[in-house]
Parts: sequence; structure tokens; C-alpha cells
Amino acid sequence: MFESLTKYASPQIAYGLAGRLIPWFGWTAALLFIAGLYGGLVYAPPDYQQGDGFRIIYVHVPAAWLSLFTYMVMASAGAAGLIWKTKVSDAVARNCAPLGAAFTFLALCTGSLWGKPMWGTYWVWDARLTSELILLFLYLGYMALQSAIEERRTAARAGAVLALVGVVNIPIIHYSVIWWNTLHQGPTITLTGAPTMATSMLIPLLIMTLAYMCYFAAVLLVRVRGEILQQERNSHWVRQLILEGGN
Amino acid sequence: MNGQTSAWYAFSALLRRDLVLGLRYLADLTNPLLLFLIVITLFPLSLGPDKEVLRSFAPAIIWVAAVLASSLSLDAVFRSDYEDGCLEQILLSPYPAVLLAGAKILAHWLLSGAPLILFALLAGVFLYLPEAAIMPLVLTLLLGTPVLSLVGAVAGALTVGLRGSALLQSLIILPLYMPLLIFATAAVNHALAGHSIAGELYFLGAMLALALTLAPFAVASSLRIRLG
Repeated sequence: MFESLTKYASPQIAYGLAGRLIPWFGWTAALLFIAGLYGGLVYAPPDYQQGDGFRIIYVHVPAAWLSLFTYMVMASAGAAGLIWKTKVSDAVARNCAPLGAAFTFLALCTGSLWGKPMWGTYWVWDARLTSELILLFLYLGYMALQSAIEERRTAARAGAVLALVGVVNIPIIHYSVIWWNTLHQGPTITLTGAPTMATSMLIPLLIMTLAYMCYFAAVLLVRVRGEILQQERNSHWVRQLILEGGN
Repeated sequence: MNGQTSAWYAFSALLRRDLVLGLRYLADLTNPLLLFLIVITLFPLSLGPDKEVLRSFAPAIIWVAAVLASSLSLDAVFRSDYEDGCLEQILLSPYPAVLLAGAKILAHWLLSGAPLILFALLAGVFLYLPEAAIMPLVLTLLLGTPVLSLVGAVAGALTVGLRGSALLQSLIILPLYMPLLIFATAAVNHALAGHSIAGELYFLGAMLALALTLAPFAVASSLRIRLG
């Protein structure tokens, strides 16, 4: 089992595998996006309190979930890179960061757009929004460190340590922000609405989350392929690939 | 001499050396403290000299200034040792790098964190902090400034020798300081309001225990990565 996994640590094999997987993830994401958006914008009934305004949940909540999921993928890939010293996991970790930052940014933007009709302001120091903002800073700090270290190998390993420190800190940040928030102000409307959600509203949300995940996987694989080509630009198989003009 | 005692000997030798060096280059020691006092002074100038206003903002102002001063003093922890090659020798030595990283962090705390607590007393006077809140402030700083040094040393190690490392360290480390800031300022604010602060102090103690057990390992592996 492990033997068969280790062969994907070879950049050449990983490059080929990523190329084969991209269309699958990409097309699944496209289909799920269409289904999820139709379900969320047309099929799901309007909320009895928020009317049609709640429908931004179908963009906002998957983005917020993915922002944390991406950090976990980044830290796990970084840890794998530190332990097994595999170049492919370094490439995965490094390319998670801009995607994660984009998801976090999207969650913040949609959260504040949602806040305008619901809270009357674009920004409330709500616990979830605040943790998302700190998460964005963590991503941007990681990217700043990556771009400051020129040697890619060192940059990846330094980034992995930072991501692992971040993983220890994320739960602490999350719960301390929740605690801080309840201390400073009364409970506001939480963004995820009532804990019991009608099934007709929940199913489009789950479809949208799957769509986001497939999209994430597809874009990550495209970026990782590019990174592998750059890392291996002097190797024989990349030259061969260019000569053949294929992918 | 057996292995363990010689490792502790190396620890205390490195600690002594760092303390001596720190006291010789007094600017490294005094500049962060001066920055701390200047930042403190900015607030009465911008908020106005009203006693009540300053008193209610005092815990936040003092802690924000402490966090800024600490994050800007991190650059000094590894930079000179990196530039003259000492850091490589330290890592090549037969003693555990974790222990030696711990010695450097302890030296940094003794030279930057501990004096900061004294200066915070002065800041408390400047900002009209009542006597009842002085002791809680000192307690939060006693538990909190070692965390600043420990976690900060990871950022210092990751960025050692990079162009613009001081700014980069602050970017990396300030988000990680936020939980500490929340609990420390909450403790002093609660003391100002006359409530018990045991809960916050336990949280700060837990953060210190966590940082104390994990940060030296992260620093040691970061230094190994940066120095190849």
C-alpha cells in the first residue's frame, strides 16, 4: 500500500497523474456548481426571517469551510514534505496558500455583503468574521515568507514549519476570539443561521461545498503541475515532454 | 563529566554569553524599551489627556505597545550570530539544538521581556492605571512576555538573514500573538472592573506551558532549515 503511494512522490508520475485527474475534478466541479447554484438560488425556499438575502450562504459558507480545509491540506502537505522530503508535497503546500487566501477573502467579502442587510453595517466584529480575518493574515504571512526565501526547497520547508505553528494556533485563535466576542458584545445573528436547517436548504449547501472542493482540487493540480515543471525544468523527462509538444 | 551535565553546561554557557553580549550592546536592549515608551506616549497625545479615557484604554495600550516592542526586538535574537557564523557552530555542536535554542530564548526574555515589565509600571503611572490593576498587569506580563519571546523566536529563526526580516517577522508573528493579547487585556480589564482574573491567568499559564514545550523544537528545526 505504502509502496504504491510512494511512487506518486516522483515528480514525473505525479505530473502525469495530476494531468489525468484535472478534467475529472474540473468537470465534476462545473456540474456541481450548476446543480448547487440552481438548488440554492431557485429550488430552496426563501428564509422566513431573511427572505432571499440568505441565499448568499451558498457562496459564503463553502468558502469559509474551504478556507480552513485548505489550511489543513497545506499544513499536512508541509508536514509530509518535512518528514519524507518529497518535492511534490512541497509543491502542493506552496500552492495551497494563494487558493486558501482567495477562499478566505471570498468568505470575508460575502460575509460583509451579507452583513449589510442583516446587521446594517458592512463589518461587525463577529467571532467568525474576526477569525477569518486572522486566518487571512496567517495565509498572507505564509506567502510573504515564501516569497522572501529565494531557494525553493528552503522556502517550502520554512513554510511548512510556519504552517504547523499555525495549525497549533488556529484552534486557540478560534476559541479565544469566540470568548472575546461574547465578552465584549451580546450575541449577534450568527452567519450560519439556525442550527436546524431545512433539508431543501441544506442539500444545495452540501452540493456547493462539494463543488468548491472539486474546484479547489482541479486548480491546485493545475498549479502543482506548473510548479513541478518549473522545479524539474532541467530534467530529461521535461525536455522530452517539450520536444514532443504534448502534456 | 557525563552527557547530561555537559549539555546543561553548554546551556548555561550560551545563556551567559548571550547575556554578556546583550549587556555590551546596550542599544539592542534599550531600543525596544524606548519604542515601548514612545508608543505609549502616542496614545495620550491622540486620545487627549482625559484621565478616565486613558485609564479605560490603559490595558490595551500597554499590551499593544509591549507586543510591538517585542516583535521588533526579535530581529536581534539570531541576526548577529547568523552574520558572524556562530549560529552554524551552535547547531554543529554535539549538544541538543533544542536546549541551545532554549538558552537563546531565555536570554532574549531576560534582556527584553523582564525589563519591559518594569517599564510597564511606568506606563501604568502615565496612563493613570489604578493600584488595584497594577499587580494583575504585572502578572499578565510575567506570564505573557515569555510567550512573546518563545513564539517570536520561531519567526526570528525562520526569517534569519532574509532581506527585510524585521518587517517580515512582524507580519508572521503578530497574528499568532492575538489570542495572548485577548486574554492578557481581558485580565487587566476585569481587574479594573473589580472581577476575579483567575480564569484568564490560567489561560495565559496554559499558553505559556504550550509555548514552552513546543516552541524550542520549532526554533531548532527552523534554524536547521534556514542554515541548510
